[in-house]
Parts: sequence; structure tokens; C-alpha cells
Amino acid sequence: MGNAQGIGAAVKRKEDRRFLVGRGQYTDDVTLPNQSYAVFVRSPYGHAKVNGVEAKAALAAPGVLAVLTGADVAADGLGGIPCGWLVKSKDGSPMVEPPHPALAQGKVRHVGDPVAMVIASTKAAAKAAAALVEVDYEPLPAVGLLANAIAPGAPQVWDEAPGNVCFDWHIGDPATTDAAFAKAAHVVELDLVNNRVAPNPMEPRAANGNFDGANDQYTLYTTSQNPHLTRLLLAAFTLKVPEHKLRVIAPDVGGGFGSKIFHYAEELLVLWASRRVGRPVKWTSDRMEAFLTDAHGRDHISNAKLALDANGKFLGLRVHTYAAMGAYLSTFAPAVPTYLYATLLSGPYDFPAIYAEVKAIFTNTVAVDAYRGAGRPEATYLLERLVEKAARQLGMDRVELRRKNLIRADQFPYQTQVALQYDIGDYQATLDLALEQADYAGYAARAAASKAKGKLRGFGMSTYIEACGIAPSALVGALGARAGLYEAANVRIHPTGSVTVFTGTHSHGQGHETTFAQLIADRLGVSTDQVEVVHGDTDRIPFGMGTYGSRSASVGGSAIVKALDKIVDKGKKIAAHLLEASVADIEFKDGQYRVVGTDRVKAFGEVAFAAYVPHNYPIETVEPGLEESAFYDPKNFTFPGGTHLVEVEIDPDTGVVEVASVTIADDVGVIINPMIVDGQAHGGLAQGIGQALLEEAVYDAEGQLTNGTYMGYCMPRAADLPNFKVGNHVTACTHNPLGIKGVGEVGAIGVPPAVINAVLDALAPLGVTDISMPATPEKVWRAIQAARAGKGA
Amino acid sequence: MKDFEFHRPASIKHAVALVAGTAGAKYLAGGQSLLPVMKLDLAEPTALVSLARLPGLADIRVDGGTVAIGALCTHDQVARSADVAKAIPALAELASHIGDAQVRNRGTLGGSVAHADPAADYPAAVLGLGATIVTDRGRHPADTYFKGLFETSLADGELVTAVHFPVPKRAAYAKFAHRASKYAVVGVFVAETAAGVRVAITGAGATVFRSAAMEAALTTSMTPGALDGITVPTDDLNADAEASAEYRAHLCVVMAKRAVAALR
Repeated sequence: MGNAQGIGAAVKRKEDRRFLVGRGQYTDDVTLPNQSYAVFVRSPYGHAKVNGVEAKAALAAPGVLAVLTGADVAADGLGGIPCGWLVKSKDGSPMVEPPHPALAQGKVRHVGDPVAMVIASTKAAAKAAAALVEVDYEPLPAVGLLANAIAPGAPQVWDEAPGNVCFDWHIGDPATTDAAFAKAAHVVELDLVNNRVAPNPMEPRAANGNFDGANDQYTLYTTSQNPHLTRLLLAAFTLKVPEHKLRVIAPDVGGGFGSKIFHYAEELLVLWASRRVGRPVKWTSDRMEAFLTDAHGRDHISNAKLALDANGKFLGLRVHTYAAMGAYLSTFAPAVPTYLYATLLSGPYDFPAIYAEVKAIFTNTVAVDAYRGAGRPEATYLLERLVEKAARQLGMDRVELRRKNLIRADQFPYQTQVALQYDIGDYQATLDLALEQADYAGYAARAAASKAKGKLRGFGMSTYIEACGIAPSALVGALGARAGLYEAANVRIHPTGSVTVFTGTHSHGQGHETTFAQLIADRLGVSTDQVEVVHGDTDRIPFGMGTYGSRSASVGGSAIVKALDKIVDKGKKIAAHLLEASVADIEFKDGQYRVVGTDRVKAFGEVAFAAYVPHNYPIETVEPGLEESAFYDPKNFTFPGGTHLVEVEIDPDTGVVEVASVTIADDVGVIINPMIVDGQAHGGLAQGIGQALLEEAVYDAEGQLTNGTYMGYCMPRAADLPNFKVGNHVTACTHNPLGIKGVGEVGAIGVPPAVINAVLDALAPLGVTDISMPATPEKVWRAIQAARAGKGA
Repeated sequence: MKDFEFHRPASIKHAVALVAGTAGAKYLAGGQSLLPVMKLDLAEPTALVSLARLPGLADIRVDGGTVAIGALCTHDQVARSADVAKAIPALAELASHIGDAQVRNRGTLGGSVAHADPAADYPAAVLGLGATIVTDRGRHPADTYFKGLFETSLADGELVTAVHFPVPKRAAYAKFAHRASKYAVVGVFVAETAAGVRVAITGAGATVFRSAAMEAALTTSMTPGALDGITVPTDDLNADAEASAEYRAHLCVVMAKRAVAALR
């Protein structure tokens, strides 16, 4: 089925024209007739009692339509914001699942927790009136930092969660792991922190709710990665109106990185407020509000121990992790440090024994949930820092130690000790490819050149694996998911042969309008110009689960291909009739139905036309029309992996780390569009390097976010990054029809430990053995000073 | 942002009268500092008096030993000026590293000098070169102009119209930029002037300041090595999440050495 625009073609993105000329249609661009605007009054405290809310002055302000509070939410019976995943503790007890009212009721538990909602005829009027709402706060002891929340006697975020523990979970086999350590020749131990980051999509969150009282119909425009999931949660838990009365539209969405998966209170509140005031209600987050209210990522404190035999073969791994949840459980929060983290702790390595314990901890901060990579970056960072330390401690070559322990290509399918079964991969091949493309052999000369300039050069690596293509529904259901994670597609062939694809996935930067059109082009032999991809509107698309976890091509693409198979098969029956041949003798190739071995053909467009104008048609046995739907539930996760190599140059006088080169070789499975795959890798690398060197959401002990603006929070910019060298070595996924694994998160997963390992490699001659992310200039400078002082230099 | 009046006078006299006659009024030049704080409701002027239509304030003139730059010259204009680059290359270089391209296209010399942000770049050149700040009503020597945090010797409503920079023998500016904001964590301007060596440090303290110890050492020997062993007291230095006082003190010396090495 060759096609110049099909699978493997670097087609330019169809959607870019409207974005580049400023004609994207984002949620905030939607202004409805009689529009009104909401502004939220939010807690300035990390933890406080709310003794009262006085709204008289705000209600009297010009243009104000309503001031709504937690009491109104309770009176109207709105449901709390639910959590979508139940994790059970070691003893079988369910996690502590505290209530999460849409507007605070009695207490606020993080800075930014919404207390009141002011609705006015203009945004300026709403903002001015919000400043007039008087909230009687009684500050309570707060705990803003994970390290403090786990200390004895820490302030309690929730009375029902002693010690701030949400759950105390484990995976793996403690007995075999103990035995592995008992016979180990070497044990390497590492304490480390995975820094908290804010997601910072370019478009801040927004929601515009409209209640049509004449028809009892609700419409929500929202910045969502998964409008059907949002509709389901609104219908079943929060707004409590049935799905057929509820339409959720996520139009163009400017990035999400996970943070727009979750159902947020504002989505519920604008719909409810619209019903109350009889006008559409729009809320658009500003950037400071985004820092305070978008779910953050990471925030782990871990201890890890690696057992090795005398030859450097891994015998066992023992991990203990504390994972911050924030004050409330966000939609997928409990799954991230458990089933997306600890199950990945075998990495690409052959481990005979692993035991991991994870305690999820409440803090007086905004929630922590999935952020690009979600758990897998934390696992990779821990493992690759630990392996690097092992190489140094044992005096072994870092490449050889990894090579010795990587799962061999002939070991697949490989069953890990932490539940996952990897279907396929070739980790030695990606390692070899990366080393070659990075000119590893020439590293010593580059290090010498840096030294001659007075700089310290370091080389760092990471061999990683991730699990994506989320997810087999029955499996995740058994693990606590409260939703299925299949995907859905509907393919509608129009009478003249053009095609509209309705997908349950959602594109917010991924380029689905192009890659999915390429799938159609590849299978049906039509041009991508003949294909329109529709997503993001629950009234138009089938019930699908949206886009996250690098799932859209492998799961959503598979659903499209299943629908296409049905189209092609139905077309064969129509073509057989038109060609007066038996169905068994018809083949479909390059956009044509052909009687095998003859020159008798019908173009796909002719068959489509016959389906809609069925004058000469097998009407007794085949229905008219050409439109098919399919649902696809994956059989397993997919397992991309690879090797990331980083060289840094450090200025020892200032501590500034410059990323000199980044070379990666990934196996993301079959590639639809190499340009888009490279772009996804680039974006992930930028975020991964951002986490390693620049980004950290810093709360203080009382729960104040100290750097919630771009004057303090440092995002990666082009000047902070080198040109990336991206290579691919493909092994096709064995269990989905396209052989695709996924690429959306690999950069953010693989590169952070490679950066830090490179920094530590550069500083090793000075005696520096540890540094935490982000490796800021002052932190690096202090490490150098401390090492020099320690050496008496 | 609160509502405010907006004026665009056509003469300096009218501009000054408007600000004098309106309580809570502020001049608006490039707006790169004022507008962000207004958006955050941290400044709530009752009126903005735009300087955009004032004539003759966006010229650059080199006259003998002085480079006179109009208050409304943008950073980009100074960075790209062949006259400035020829007379005081360090000044053009400094302007080319202020903020980002958008800031440089709007932000002005007069706005920066009047605002006196402790982490702004221009104050280092003004003090390092011993420049003169010219206003609607007089002249302020740099050495007594910067008084403290956002504080200058300007009277209420006094309008900066130009800055006159004496051309030095050699000068250079070395900046350690804040990673996020691109403001100076520490910026050191070193100049060999007719009146002797001057070293001005911005970003490190409440306002730009001179380092007598560095000036003495460099007067003896204008080499980076002459600064070995000099320490900057941490007592009055800024400390924030980006850099502690101790780190800033260290950077003062490092950046001073780099400026000396780059003198031209």
C-alpha cells in the first residue's frame, strides 16, 4: 500500500496554516451572545479555616451578576471533583480519598483553592468585584513541602489521613529481593529528589459554559485533552446531568503536557453558574493562576539500593519513594507514582528481583498529577542515576555496565519483576546507534578542548524504557482505574470518495490532523487533502478517551485502522458486484479494487459513489453507505526505549552548565511521520532538559509558591538548547496492527538523568558526587566550592 | 488593571504640566517596566502621560568627547547605532543584551534610568562612565543620581530628556543574567576614563554602586589578575532564589575580571 503521503512520509502538518496565521480557535476565542465572565476568589493561605464569605460589596459593584460560594455549591447538590483511580495500601485498605468540593467549604487547603466565584458582564468588572469579596480566614498550620509532610508531628492536611499518608503501596517481592541483597558483592545506595515542575502549556486553561434553558442543554467549551472523559465525569459525578444533555467541546488546545487531562472545578462551575445567571459564563486563567491551579508534576523523595554481583550483573533493586499528591487527589494522581512509576523500575534491564514501596503524601499545595512522562521520568531518573553511581563505585565503564545488564533482543517477550511484560525491543541496537551518532570515540578530544578553554566537560547517558499506548482496559481496571482506556474511531466515506475521520483522541500539538490523514492515505490510496480529521467535540466524535500517555497513534490509530478494514471489506463486496466477480477474487491495492490477475478495476471513489447511489448495487446483501466505526482496546502497553547521550560544558567560575550536545536513539516503533516524530522528541527533550537544569516549582514551608511567574520560574528557551541529533531504530510493536509504540514522552523521560550524569561526570575530578535537579548555576558553584573545601584545596 | 486617563502631549512643557497637575499621574515611555506592574495591579496610576509624541528625544549625537542619547531612544536603537558602537562599543554591547528583542524594541534609555531598577543594565553604564542625566530642569551627575532601590535624585515630575556619556579610553560590560528574567544578577561595567578607572556594579545591591577596591586595584594594573584576592562584602548585597549574597559577591569579581579582559 505504498503512498507518497502514507506511513513513513514526512508530510508537512496540515493544521499549521491556521495556527501560523493566527486563525486557531481556542477556548478563550469563543465568545457567545450575551457572554458573561467569571473571576475566582482564591485562598492566599496554604491552609486555613474559612469562617465566612462577605459578598455584599461585590454584589453591589457595577456589572456583577452573581457571587457564588461553597454554600451555594452545597445547596445545589453539586458533586465533588472525583478521583479516577483507586490505589490500595499494602494491607488492602483503600487510599484515603478526601472530599474535593468545587468551591471551598469550611477550609482551604492550598494557595489558589477557590473560595468564591464572581460573575459579571465584563471580565474587568468581575475582577474588580472579586477584590471586594471579604473572606474571613483563620490560618492553620500548613505543610508546603513533601520533606516536611513526612516528618513526625507535621501539620495534617486531612484529619482522616494520619501522617499525611494517602496510601502505602508496594510492588515486587520483598523476600527474593532480600535474598538478592544478601548474596550481593556490591550494594550501591542513592538518595534523591525528583523536583516538582509546573506544566506551563502555552495556552492557559479556560472554560466557557452555556446552559440553554429552553432545551435543558449544557455546552462546555474547555481546554481539555479528553472532552469525553470530562463529559463523563460531569455527567456521573459533578454536574449530574445525563450525557445527552451535555456537550463538551475542546477546540484548538495550545498544549497540555498532561495538565489538561484532569477534570477541574472551573469546568463544572461555569456550567452551573450559567444555569444560575441565565447567561454563558467564561473563565480564562491568567499565567499566575495557572501556576497556582494547574496540576503540577513529579515531586518525589526516594531512596534506592542496587545489588550487584562481583562482575557487575544486577541482582536486585530496592526502592522507597514518597510521592506528593498535593491537597486533593487529581483525576489520575494515585496512578502516577504507582502503576506508571514503580512498574517501570526494571527499566531496560534484566533484574532478577525488585521490591518497591511508595507512600503517597498529602501536602498543602496544588495537586500533583500526570505531567509529560508521568511516573516514567521519575523511574528513569532514579534508575539511571543509580546505575551511573554503580559504575563509578565499582570502577566499571558506564557503557559496559549497562550493556552487561540490558535485556537482550532474544529475551523478548520479557517478564519483569514489577508486573509488566515487554513485547519487543533491541536496546543494544539503540545504544550502539546513539554512541556512533554522538562520536563517543571522540569524546576525550572534546573534553581536552573544553579543558583548554578553562571549562569542565562531562558526558552523561541514560538507557531507558517507558510504557505507553495506555492502556488495556481489563488490566488497568484490575489495578484500580475507574475508566476503560480503549479508543474509538468513526470513518465516514463521502459519496465522491473524500473522507472524514472522527477520533476519540485529541490533538493539542501532536499533529493528528496530519498523521491520521496519512493513515487514511496509506490504506485507501487517497490524498491527505481528501481527509478531514475531527476531534474534540462530544456531539461529533465517538466515545473515546482522549490523548495522553503517548497513546493516540498506537491506540487511536489502531481504532482508525480497524474501521478502515471494515470499509475496505465492505467495498470489496460492492466492487465484486460492479465487476461481476466473486468477493474472494477482489483485491484492494493503491486505491483500486481489482479482480485478481486482471486489468478489471474500480477506483475507490467509484465504489464509494455506488454505495451512496445504489442503483447498480448488491442491495439484498449489502447496506448502502460507506461509514464504519471501531473501538480498539490494546492488548498490552507499548514499550518505547532507547539511549540518550548528553555532553555538558561547565564554567567552573560561575557554575553555569551549557548543554553542548544531545544525541538520542529511540525505538518508538513504526513511524507514521518522521518529521512529527522528531518534533515530538525535540519538545520532550526541551522539557526534560528544562527539568534537569532550569525548572522547579518552589513552595515554602507554609505552602506559598515562591516563584509562580516567569520572572522566577525558568522555562527552557531555544538559546538554552543545542541542536539535537535524533536517531531511530525500529522494532515494530507486536500487538497492535500498526506496530507503533509512541513518541510523545520519550524526550522528557530519557534525558534528565543523562544531563545530571553529565554534570556529575564533569565535576567528578573535583570530587563532587551528587547534585539535585535543577542544576542551577549557584547549586553547581556551591558543589564545586564544597568539594574544594573538602579536599582542602 | 484599573481605569486611567491617557494623554499624549506634543511638548515637554505640556507633559511636565500634566504630570504636575494630576495626582497619581506617571510618564509612559516604552512601558516595559510600568505596564507589567499595572497589569498585576501593583501600580495603579490615575493617568499615563505618553512621551511618544515629544519631539527631539530619540536622537543620538556624538559631539567631541560626549555621546548624547535622547531619553526616548530604544535599547535596540542604541544597540544598533554605528555612532555609539564606534565611540563607546561597550554601551552598544550592553544595550544589545537588555531583556529580549521585544523589550529592546520598546524599552527606552530614559525609562530605564528614571525607573532605576536595581537589576537594570543601563545604570551600570551611566555610573561606570560617569554620565550626566539631563532633565527638563537641570543636570544630575551619575555619582549622586542613584540613591537606592528605585530611588534617584529626580524631583517629583522631573522628566529625563537625555543622558550624556563621556567617551572613555576603553570600557566593557560583563553581565551574569538571571536565567528566567534576563535581568542582571550581577553586571559589572569597567571603564578607563579621563578621570581614572571606574567600576560600577548593577544587580548586586539595592542600586548600582562603585567598587573602590576594584578601582584601586585596576588603577595599579588593568589586568584581570589584579582583582585576585578582592572580595566584595556581602552585607548589602541582594539575596534571592536565583543567587545568594555570597554567590553574588563571588560573581562581582568574576564578572569584573571578564569585563577587564574584554576592554576595548
